[in-house]
Amino acid sequence: MSGGILVVVDAPGGEPDRLSLEVLTFARSLGAPLHAVLFGPGAEKLGPSGVSTAHVVEDKRLAGPVPEARAGAIVQLVEQVSPSTVVAAGSERGNELLAHVAARLGQPMAANVVSAVLEGERLRLVRQRWAGSLLEDAWLDGSPKLLTVAPHAVAAEPAPKATSLATSPFEPALTDRDFRVRVRPIEAAATSGISLSDARVVVGGGRGVGSGEAFSELEELAGLLGAAVGGSRVVTSAGWRPHSDQIGQTGLRIAPDLYIACGISGAIQHIVGCKAAKRILAINTDPDAPIMDVADYAVIGDLHAVVPAIAAELRRRGIAAS
Amino acid sequence: MNILVCVKRVPQTGGRIVLTPDGQEIDARYLGFTVSPHEECAVEEAVRIVEKAGGTTTVLTLGPAVAEDQLRDAMAIGIERAILLETDGREWDPVATAEAIVETIHAEEAANGPFDLILFGNESADTGGYQVGVRVAVALDRPIVTGIKGLEVGEGSLVARRDAGGGAWESFELDLPAVIAVKEGINLPRYPSVPGRLRAKRKEVAKVSPEWRAGGLEKIGLRLPQEDRTRAEVIGQGPEAAIAVVDLLERIGVVRK
Repeated sequence: MSGGILVVVDAPGGEPDRLSLEVLTFARSLGAPLHAVLFGPGAEKLGPSGVSTAHVVEDKRLAGPVPEARAGAIVQLVEQVSPSTVVAAGSERGNELLAHVAARLGQPMAANVVSAVLEGERLRLVRQRWAGSLLEDAWLDGSPKLLTVAPHAVAAEPAPKATSLATSPFEPALTDRDFRVRVRPIEAAATSGISLSDARVVVGGGRGVGSGEAFSELEELAGLLGAAVGGSRVVTSAGWRPHSDQIGQTGLRIAPDLYIACGISGAIQHIVGCKAAKRILAINTDPDAPIMDVADYAVIGDLHAVVPAIAAELRRRGIAAS
Repeated sequence: MNILVCVKRVPQTGGRIVLTPDGQEIDARYLGFTVSPHEECAVEEAVRIVEKAGGTTTVLTLGPAVAEDQLRDAMAIGIERAILLETDGREWDPVATAEAIVETIHAEEAANGPFDLILFGNESADTGGYQVGVRVAVALDRPIVTGIKGLEVGEGSLVARRDAGGGAWESFELDLPAVIAVKEGINLPRYPSVPGRLRAKRKEVAKVSPEWRAGGLEKIGLRLPQEDRTRAEVIGQGPEAAIAVVDLLERIGVVRK
């Protein structure tokens, strides 16, 4: 292997996305030169990130969700560039794509890495387990080394000095077999209210809410705060809320300005989904619940009394969401 | 329809993770065990498909002898057969795990005919490797899609859908035989009935003992991340706390007068 790091870059609408900029920052710490591969426009934006060569796959068939075909292209590019390491974002799609590359190359792969240092022939790394509730120190072998970077493990920063960027078209030789998974047209989103992912304030309910009907108390408070309502896994597994409202390891990861956790004990499955909130207010009968370890503020009491009281106080003061 | 579901035994972690003194494992002395949440849904999906279209279902796991509990849980809700790839308790990395599963699939298919559909969970709850399903599919030269939250199985093909972000859905058509990695939310798994549990208890579990092998990702040890949060400040008790809460909401700019 001749060295160099190959980074898979996503640039929807021609702008490298935040995770890709994080991965490029991470990749610069592993070595040089930095190569990038893109399946669409945006290559000219990569100079400030320290990329020397951007390989642009212009084949329109690879613009969509076709991990098998994209992996086929990356494998061919690996043969041409001979990188020491291939890095992608630890997003659902990044992990899926690199798993295909790893399987095709017959090489090991580490997902959701937070740091890595080359020691001789091996990469010594730290990666996330349990969606980040636990860290694993590990050795990664293989040539090239294949890894994905955990979202937000590093802050995206421009390179100390911009590189002179060369853009190189890359035309992989793909067969019909690479496109055997047939992609159907995207179904647009059903319009709804404030989405959990974008809401500035989220009111979440757990086991303590007690029933699907009792979520009306949380809905009322959320309405006054311009907030979205979500729930823990207990809540969606019981059918009190649809699964799409689940905040947690197997649901959504939210990052609102304020998260109000009502009757939520704070299982790690839930905490990984809400700990990116700027502030957490817990309302719980149990002052020793694990949620108190991550919350900033707490009200000790029965949510069925506290939540309506907060709503009443907001109304009394004639207050609205800012 | 002949379906295989692959699952993994993992601890039920609850509120706090405690490690063993050597930092190699989660201290599971006071914890129960389960399968990863996505896999609970994969098991349920297999049972539903066969209830509708007929066929057979098999559940497989690679794990210690006690992982038989999780295989019986799957049989209690309607999976017919179970295969345990019994380990000595050492951890298998994703490459080694996928290899052992592929070897077993080859042997099973030679004896009982091909699996039309192989289901995985999207990623295991504990190690979160995001790759065993893909590796198995590539080794078998079968198509795979991951992250699936909706599945319609037809004659010789299936349609699978997943979140495309912002509430949109993308969907795929795959010819059978195929491999699918599902996510929680595809269904709401049922609870096992008492007769189901009793039936599962009497069923046989086929056992294979593959030899441990290195795969290229080697665990050194585990540790808890440093969290910079401090314990919550208690701002009040009961409904009387509403005044303090609204004061707080004003102070941090969430609401205005």
